[in-house]
Amino acid sequence: MLTNLSLPTIVFYVFATVAVLSAIQVVIAKNPVRSVLSLVLTFFATAVLWLLLELEFLAITLVLVYVGAVMVLFLFVVMMLDVELATLKAGFTRHLPLGGCVAVLVVVGLVYAVSPKEFPLSQQLNLIEQGPNYSHVKALGEVLYTQYLYPLELAAILLLVAIISAISLTFRGRRRSKSQDPAEQVSVSKADRLRLVKE
Amino acid sequence: MILSHYLVFSAILFGLSVAGIFINRKNILILLMCLELMLLAVNTNFLAFSSFRHDIAGQIFVFFVLTVAAAEAAIGLAILVVLFRRHESIQVETLRSLKG
Repeated sequence: MLTNLSLPTIVFYVFATVAVLSAIQVVIAKNPVRSVLSLVLTFFATAVLWLLLELEFLAITLVLVYVGAVMVLFLFVVMMLDVELATLKAGFTRHLPLGGCVAVLVVVGLVYAVSPKEFPLSQQLNLIEQGPNYSHVKALGEVLYTQYLYPLELAAILLLVAIISAISLTFRGRRRSKSQDPAEQVSVSKADRLRLVKE
Repeated sequence: MILSHYLVFSAILFGLSVAGIFINRKNILILLMCLELMLLAVNTNFLAFSSFRHDIAGQIFVFFVLTVAAAEAAIGLAILVVLFRRHESIQVETLRSLKG
């Protein structure tokens, strides 16, 4: 088996190992900052695996959107929250056997299902090497802006909703809009409304 | 490289994130990170099938999953920040005000 290792296969094995090891580090790290940084490494290694499939646009999107935006957001929140480390890891060893068993079951089941023996389709399908003139962005854009235009607009609206909700959830300034409080209106008493002043 | 390489890789990643959810069930921050890891495994599966079957629909799906995951992370972390302001902790056990 070692004789027919091509360069892409070697690159695949190296970066898949990096991704799996750093994913383990995400799960078992004591410090949340360390697990965020390991997750960044996992994303980078997986982006390389996506590049091996000649999916440049999605690989770069993974690095830009996930590493550049989402993981930086995670890092900000981890540093802002000032969580104590000891209580976070309480019960780690208690749940370790159950978690390990479930993980082993899931992995063994899935690997058995997709192994080449059980899943002969995986040997019939082959990657086509795209020529140097192939543009992944163009291929993606050609369907994204025609066939999937409506989902694309829905995704844009979804992102807008996410922006507005994230801002309105964490907004701490003075609220300028005047609004009624129905509970206060219902529970009003006569004394609040009218004050008799006797001469 | 055959398709099984990618499928086994994403199966391992998925199993690790399931284990992470079980092990770190006290810490909602790590739970969110394990969810991201899970989505990454699913996306890798989508892309592997999409490339090997020469069907671009899987890549479009990954595109939208990335969008939704970014929105999910933003709102989830915003909720987490609000939660921390109110409870002074992000322990999952303290979240029982709806329990009665």
